[in-house]
Amino acid sequence: MKAHLTRRYMFSASHRLHSDEMSEQENRAIYGKCNNPYGHGHNYMLEVTVSGPVDDETGMVCNLADLDALVHREILERYDHQNLNLRPEFQKNVPTTENLCIAIYDIVKRDFHHAHLDKVRIEETMMNSFEYSGEDGR
Amino acid sequence: MVYLTRKAEFAASHYYHSPKFTAEENARIFGKCNNPNGHGHNYTLEVTVKGDVDPRSGFVVDLKQLKDVMSREVLDAFDHRFLNKEVPEFFARIPTTENLAIAIWQRLVPKLNAAQLHRVRVYETPDLFVDFYGE
Repeated sequence: MKAHLTRRYMFSASHRLHSDEMSEQENRAIYGKCNNPYGHGHNYMLEVTVSGPVDDETGMVCNLADLDALVHREILERYDHQNLNLRPEFQKNVPTTENLCIAIYDIVKRDFHHAHLDKVRIEETMMNSFEYSGEDGR
Repeated sequence: MVYLTRKAEFAASHYYHSPKFTAEENARIFGKCNNPNGHGHNYTLEVTVKGDVDPRSGFVVDLKQLKDVMSREVLDAFDHRFLNKEVPEFFARIPTTENLAIAIWQRLVPKLNAAQLHRVRVYETPDLFVDFYGE
């Protein structure tokens, strides 16, 4: 019996969408208000979905405490109340929510081995959300 | 193919404990959920069925029938119950959200004639939910 478990987390961070490979005019045209030089912030809602067989003894796909500990240590400690543009992973990549999804997916995939990582989904606002399931998709 | 989702809510109590583990192991694995006096949640259930739209009715499924099946098979059995002590599936199996989703799937599958069950989603809290697709 295979189940898919999703856990939601919140963090707040600031960013500015700007690419050094484009002119000021191009940046302004593509990113609009998000290109404001002083940046702006969001309350991000992160969903992490993992899956696997339900253990006969524990009734669990994985122990939620393990997933919570990993996400708190590796994701929330890293990004909550931070300026994303100052992070090493966003020196070349623009901290769009697309790239944030991929960065978080890669960290969880690398460090969490108690269940299969299905998907990382982020709501940047209530009106837009982004999902990444790895290069293979799902 | 069209997918239709119906929501329902139920409130129930449970605790996590396996007789195969020692008291220390139970406490370590299940943490606060191991309290033998139980604790409760407001669960939200989402049942998704799929099927072709009937050309005459315009329905995938008669929503009234789906609602009745969910009420009779799930809510009547689970709502305002202590799951470990009052729901047979959990006399010998821990009522985790994973096992709730599986038990609800198994209760609904034989009772749904018109549409095919696609997914059972159970929210234990707004921050935690489990999906089961019958796999």
